Amino acid sequence: MTAMSEVIHPYAENFKALESLKAGHTPAWLPGLRRDAFEHFSSHGFPAAHSEDWKYTPTRSLEKQTFTATPERSAALAASDIRTILLGEMPTQTLVFVDGKHDPALSHIPSATAGLQINTFDKAMESDVAWLRSSLESESNWRADTFTALNTAFLQNGVVIKLNDGVRLETPLQLIFVSTRQEQPSACHPRILLHLGDGAQATLLETWFGLEGAANFTNSYTQISLGENSRLEHLHLQREAAKEFHVSRIAVDQQRNSHYLSHTLNLGGLWVRSDLNSRLQASGAETIFNGLYLVDGRQHVDNHTRIDHLAPDTRSDELYRGIISGHGHAVFNGKVVVAKHAVKTDAAQTNNNLLLSRQGEIDTKPELEIYADDVKCSHGATIGQLDEQALFYLRSRGLGLDEARGLLVGAFALAVLDRIVSPDLRVFARQQLSAVLPQSAVMESA
Amino acid sequence: MLVIKNLHAKVEGRDILKGLDLTVNAGEVHAIMGPNGSGKSTLAHILAGRSGYTVTEGSVIYEGKDLLAMDPEIRAREGVFLAFQYPVEIAGVNNVYLLKAAYNAIRKHRGEEELDAMDFLSMVKAKMQFMEIDPSFLSRAVNEGFSGGEKKRNEILQMLVLEPRLALLDETDSGLDIDALKVVANGINKLRDPKRAMVMVTHYQRLLDYVEPDFVHVLAGGKVIKSGDRHLAQELEKRGYDWVLAEAAA
Repeated sequence: MTAMSEVIHPYAENFKALESLKAGHTPAWLPGLRRDAFEHFSSHGFPAAHSEDWKYTPTRSLEKQTFTATPERSAALAASDIRTILLGEMPTQTLVFVDGKHDPALSHIPSATAGLQINTFDKAMESDVAWLRSSLESESNWRADTFTALNTAFLQNGVVIKLNDGVRLETPLQLIFVSTRQEQPSACHPRILLHLGDGAQATLLETWFGLEGAANFTNSYTQISLGENSRLEHLHLQREAAKEFHVSRIAVDQQRNSHYLSHTLNLGGLWVRSDLNSRLQASGAETIFNGLYLVDGRQHVDNHTRIDHLAPDTRSDELYRGIISGHGHAVFNGKVVVAKHAVKTDAAQTNNNLLLSRQGEIDTKPELEIYADDVKCSHGATIGQLDEQALFYLRSRGLGLDEARGLLVGAFALAVLDRIVSPDLRVFARQQLSAVLPQSAVMESA
Repeated sequence: MLVIKNLHAKVEGRDILKGLDLTVNAGEVHAIMGPNGSGKSTLAHILAGRSGYTVTEGSVIYEGKDLLAMDPEIRAREGVFLAFQYPVEIAGVNNVYLLKAAYNAIRKHRGEEELDAMDFLSMVKAKMQFMEIDPSFLSRAVNEGFSGGEKKRNEILQMLVLEPRLALLDETDSGLDIDALKVVANGINKLRDPKRAMVMVTHYQRLLDYVEPDFVHVLAGGKVIKSGDRHLAQELEKRGYDWVLAEAAA
């Protein structure tokens, strides 16, 4: 137990500091929620190595680190520091956070859009307290998950977005979280809340980006609720720096005929865990999960997805692809649960991996739990190397070995990016991929 | 241009080529014919540098250099081109990108400047028209979803663009209907040149009606057992291979 209390201790110190903050608009109910969540965390600690959900992703390396809660802010970031991760040149609603804290100077909210409320967490606590409270309190995942408990205990920063019924946004919403290099690495626990009213439509880009030398711990929680007939396309891009710890959880609740299209691109970080869960609550709801992970060097990247078919006539389609090289270790766990009454469910899942080195490792596991009859469910996982015939074909045309390999790796990854519907997001995703895989020529070759 | 001497090669421990000799000079078109399993495709693959073959004896000298010591991409840049019997589908890489990358890799190797993108495109489009390939193929993934005939025409298009010095054509006529065969043959004939040599590997005489070879060789049991001019191909078409095999055994 000594070991565990040593691990908890720095978090307890940080929690005390947060509690003693005289924040302007902390509503009365919030400290109690935080305290409950922190108590849950301190009594349970980090996941045990033998727990099924964490079997291939031990938290030891994270536990060994000490993170402060309050990053010292050195020089302010300039717009040029984040230019490479900005979505195009077009005017779009952009909120930028630096080490968890909102940076108004870098953010850009062009003008009020009718039916859209987009606020930082502190702003939202001033205005829409009742809705915020019910949204936060109804989210009970923290009772089951350590990292969600931590996120809830440290609720302070983040974004609250609400789209009224029938509102259709023309341009994407962009949230950028930048992690910077500090003497003492810090932890941040951003919360993103997004609600689309009935018939609303939006595109959301969430970018997590680490500047060179950053070694922080980011633990984000995104909760999304989609009203009837609403439609959301969501790109989660993770390009943290080489020494960073990144945990993210996205939980989506879907009502009748809602459509959720998700793209999770894990292109950076040292130790990464991404959880994505959709709950299809009513018939006609559809969810599409696309994912790409590039795992190289000593990186560890774990994607856990879960789709709950809770009503009849719901549909899901999932494609995750991974490229593992060096001593990289990737984990994919895709769970699909079909509840007893969810007849006529249609669920398809595919996970393809390219294993490019002898030292690399991939643990992939599809999990189907089907409690209903009359359903259509399929799954498949593959692990392979580059196609020798294709390599020879390209080389026989004069392309060098590295170039030929790069092209084939890029082509493998593009199958995921090609499923992005928004043209702006698709071009952006290609740019980001080509930044980390310059040999792939994905900007020109496809 | 190409001198093959006493070439012996194995695939998965099995002897396929057993002392093959062949000399090809600039300006010549050679046809290599023979029964199935005689080693025709193996020869084409070894010359292009495909892995999985072990050369146990003999030599291949191309333009005075040891061809077997070169990586496949170096052979291509030195002017060797293989038109595949089964062109490979490559999802996610488009045709025009591959053509341009290949073209520029070869120019760079020769110390020439890369061609301007617009000039390149108009050059390729003219050759596509000649090969009766729709311009929309430029932006399609390499060979993906192409019919058999489209794949073969695409191979010849690549050859027309890359203008090799030594073209190896592996069963290019297989799977083609008569119209496609004529288009493909036109493409090959367009490239006939006193400075260029061609080696066509084929099972049937059909293609040779349209692309007239200077020499015809019969490959059997891993060796050239008979050589002649184009009349040999016609005779083979009429009489089959048995008489040549019998003659060689005698």
